[in-house]
Amino acid sequence: MSGDPYLEVTDLSVRFPTSDGLVQAVNGLTYSVELGKTLGIVGESGSGKSVSSMAVLGLHDPKAARIEGSIKVGGTEVVGLAEDKMRSLRGNSVAMIFQDALAALHPFYKIGAQLGEAYQVHHPKASKKEARKRSIEMLERVGIPQPDRRVDDYPHQFSGGMRQRAMIAMGLINDPSLLIADEPTTALDVTVQAQILDLLQDLQREFNSAIVIITHDLGVVAEMADDVLVMYGGRCVEYGACKEILTHPEMPYTWGLLSSVPDVTGDPNARMIPIPGNPPSLLDPPPGCAFHPRCVHSSKVPGDLCATTLPELTVGARQGHLKRCHLVDSETIYATEVLPEVAPDLAIHLAEENR
Amino acid sequence: MTPELPADDLTQSPAGTVSFESIVGHAHAAATLDPTAEPVLTMDNVRMYFPIRSSLMRRTVGHVQAVDGVSFQVPKGGSLGLVGESGCGKSTTGQLITRLYKPTGGTMMFEGHDLAQMSNRQMKPLRKDIQMIFQDPYTSLNPRHTVGSIIGSPLAVHNVVPKKKILSRVQELLEVVGLNPEHYNRYPNEFSGGQRQRVGIARALALQPKLMVADEPVSALDVSIQAQVINLLQDLQKEFDIAFLFIAHDLAVVRHFCPEVAVMYLGKIVEIADRDTLYSRSHHPYTQALLSAVPDVKQAAIGGRRERIMLEGDVPSPINPPSGCRFRTRCPLAREICAKVEPPMLQVGPRHKVACHFAGELGNHPHDPVTARMLGVDNEGSPDPGASPSDIGNEPGFSDVWFDLKERRTVKP
Amino acid sequence: MFSFLVKRLLSGAMIVVLVSMMVFLLFFYGPKSPALELCRRDTHGRCGETSPRLEQYEERLGYNNPVYSEYGKWAKGLVQDRTIYIGSTGYKCEAPCLGLSYRDRTLVTDQLKERFPITLSLAVGASLLYLMIGVPIGVLAARRRGSFADKALVSSTLVFSSIPYYLVALLSMLLLTLSTHVFPTVAYHPFLDNPFKWFSGFLLVWLVMGLYGATAYTRYSRGSMVEVLNEDYVRTAKAKGLKDRVVVIRHALRSALVPVVTIFGLDVAFLLSGTVFTEQIFDLDGIGKWGLEATYIKDLPVVQATALVLAVAVVMANIIVDIVYSVLDPRVRLS
Repeated sequence: MSGDPYLEVTDLSVRFPTSDGLVQAVNGLTYSVELGKTLGIVGESGSGKSVSSMAVLGLHDPKAARIEGSIKVGGTEVVGLAEDKMRSLRGNSVAMIFQDALAALHPFYKIGAQLGEAYQVHHPKASKKEARKRSIEMLERVGIPQPDRRVDDYPHQFSGGMRQRAMIAMGLINDPSLLIADEPTTALDVTVQAQILDLLQDLQREFNSAIVIITHDLGVVAEMADDVLVMYGGRCVEYGACKEILTHPEMPYTWGLLSSVPDVTGDPNARMIPIPGNPPSLLDPPPGCAFHPRCVHSSKVPGDLCATTLPELTVGARQGHLKRCHLVDSETIYATEVLPEVAPDLAIHLAEENR
Repeated sequence: MTPELPADDLTQSPAGTVSFESIVGHAHAAATLDPTAEPVLTMDNVRMYFPIRSSLMRRTVGHVQAVDGVSFQVPKGGSLGLVGESGCGKSTTGQLITRLYKPTGGTMMFEGHDLAQMSNRQMKPLRKDIQMIFQDPYTSLNPRHTVGSIIGSPLAVHNVVPKKKILSRVQELLEVVGLNPEHYNRYPNEFSGGQRQRVGIARALALQPKLMVADEPVSALDVSIQAQVINLLQDLQKEFDIAFLFIAHDLAVVRHFCPEVAVMYLGKIVEIADRDTLYSRSHHPYTQALLSAVPDVKQAAIGGRRERIMLEGDVPSPINPPSGCRFRTRCPLAREICAKVEPPMLQVGPRHKVACHFAGELGNHPHDPVTARMLGVDNEGSPDPGASPSDIGNEPGFSDVWFDLKERRTVKP
Repeated sequence: MFSFLVKRLLSGAMIVVLVSMMVFLLFFYGPKSPALELCRRDTHGRCGETSPRLEQYEERLGYNNPVYSEYGKWAKGLVQDRTIYIGSTGYKCEAPCLGLSYRDRTLVTDQLKERFPITLSLAVGASLLYLMIGVPIGVLAARRRGSFADKALVSSTLVFSSIPYYLVALLSMLLLTLSTHVFPTVAYHPFLDNPFKWFSGFLLVWLVMGLYGATAYTRYSRGSMVEVLNEDYVRTAKAKGLKDRVVVIRHALRSALVPVVTIFGLDVAFLLSGTVFTEQIFDLDGIGKWGLEATYIKDLPVVQATALVLAVAVVMANIIVDIVYSVLDPRVRLS
């Protein structure tokens, strides 16, 4: 079975009708993840990265959201699936962990009760005792010291890192094949973030699950993901193997993301080049390429193509690399113009590699 | 929804009018250090203990040692970075400088005044010289005031500009931070996050401060907006010669903005050094762990992962910190001496101080404590009658002589 | 927990003592003399500030003694039997003695024992209905937020609660019992004598009070529930695969009830100290009506008794609310 995608999203759109008009949160999104692999979805707030993943679990209010396209989880079509069937998937074969574990865990219930509940929903025959045993096992697995004691703590008695571990334990309690992690480390300190990322990788090796990690932090993606999908204004703008995208990005928005975060190592002469302007409104997205009002390279495209025509998601200059951009020789522009400014050391490295 | 705002400045302009070259021209490389600059602020052994009171009798039953003996200098027109994880006391340190609290001990010399000793009345004229930029641009601006009155109110309070001129000064400031000067009568909710942070910066700038305390100024902003704000701060620093105490948890941003960086852990500075030393040759195991934990996009992309130093457990409580070295409970190098004797802040290079008994580069930590002899203890930390302790203070700033770790003696360049 | 209770009971007792002192001070130094009031009533107005009769009255009621000695006598009566003399007649008053009513020289303690069950029955029935009707409807409206049903519900509760209560009570009594006999006649029958009669005698009153008060609870619980349903932990509960009903009841409702409990505690306290309109309109001899009549004629012992009931009820309600809080929310520690 390996090689077949476990999660297959095809042409997914999520729209929210509001009194101000239709919010197009996700538009024509297509991606897939295999078991044992990790996909990183990168984007800023409002890019549609969380909305698309909530759709995988069917967590949108059907009255508020219009969902079109197809989401297949382990071969089962999820869009339009009956609520009780959807429920048997949720927390069972597909689990989700959230950004702020303090807010995402119920403040009134003991950790053990919340984990046990997650186990018992999908194991109705399991007794309270069995659920508790399983909770302690999972807490131990995610590295919580003295799990048999801590299982009776409330979330507020845990530290931030331990809460996120408990959240992960709850997500994994039913051995899900797909784990969606929505900004799992954003609220944490770097040393704790490192612990959590390590734990996720360990667990993935052990359970061979597919992971979708949603983040705004390219660093997290670089360390975790096999594939990367960059979202902007509700659409995929660049998609491919992680190493490929991060070393040979072809879409100016991805360049912007890479150049607007400084590196903790690397050349101190690197410049922090901002992306001008602000993210687009999803109510009234710009015509053509949604990024064109902020794009500093659109003058290199003849005519006003960028402002009038939405570029298709096409194969880029290199294999297995999709991009949504009108630029023709984007690979060269990145290597000769952008990289020397944002990472002079890497530009030399790349030039040597190409020679 | 935020209404579409017309072009504000270069970084807000629509495509076509701004090319990649021009935007690069306005982007800055990392700031550089001026080693000869005079300090504008000197913190000497500053402490802040918050009392904990029992609920019944309101008796003081203990203290949160939020800041415990912090010494550093911020050079005139330069910037010092203060990094550390949540709860390490970095924000409290910033709040002490703006005198949100009166410190429990120590001195804070600013322009010949000791801020620590001053009454609120004496502080008032000095407040305009020390301004603060806050983390959250959504809650730090009063939603019922126009940005004009937000920026103009410090001008009115301190009487620096005649009433009639306030508006024109506000417009000037809006322009300086890259906002449309015609928008002075708009409300904060009409601006995006990045623009609000610019309003906050304009407010802080209004009184032409000599020192800005920036507490996580970009961490609430989207990635693409962070770079805009950092570049703006660098512009302003150059133009107005403002010194920055830049408090952040993001080591990469601090590396870009600050030529000198101090690392805090549980209320104490554990290492302070110039950028190159700190980021490539740090000597404290905590700094090393912190740096190794930061995911690195470009390096990871070409070479895969660097080896991480995993720290076990959590930060201990500042109410009852560990004896000796506060980091020892999580330190991979910790030995007996670490629990017995607190490591002194030892200068080990021209601009490099570190507080560790086993200070050394990653993978090259010494086997015997480097500090034992000068502290008058043996290698296990018990008092050693044969040793002759030397006087190691906790002075701010750097001296011309330092302790060479390889030769284990004091050297002069 | 124990030290919390001791602390709160002590401070509560202090509040009750202070309230009783205030009542005494008001009667002794207030703008109108109770003795004059009583004298005028007995003599049909032929009693002036200078008439010798007034002195008699003052002496009889103790207003010519210093306030502290009268307060002391009253307070001592709470723990010790006393005999109260009016003129030459002595009235034996067993502890806890709350004094003798000025109006009919009955023992206040006996009256209280007789009237409190009525008020208690009213309060229990009405407050149960607040929760049983108000909360479920509020939860339902919150779950269908923005729907037609939600909007209709919210606006109808607003319309209903903007009609004055006494009008609702009066009309329902006239229309539903006196003219149509849809409901049994309102009257008090002791619960222990005949529970069925007790129930049917209160049925209409409970419904009127309960429905009217429940409209407010619909709004409180709807607002609180809407907020909680947006919490991250509710989303987590859904993501676990729990049934909607479980998510709403186990995860959302428990949090949503916390603010409702506070309001409920105070409401019950006020119900216990008497529902003036209800008792007056339905002619039930509860605490509220008693206190109102006593205020007219400056009947100190009765006013004092009703004030004490209110003070004790509020103090106890606050303590109970705090305990319920800590049961609902483990982050709240009683200390």
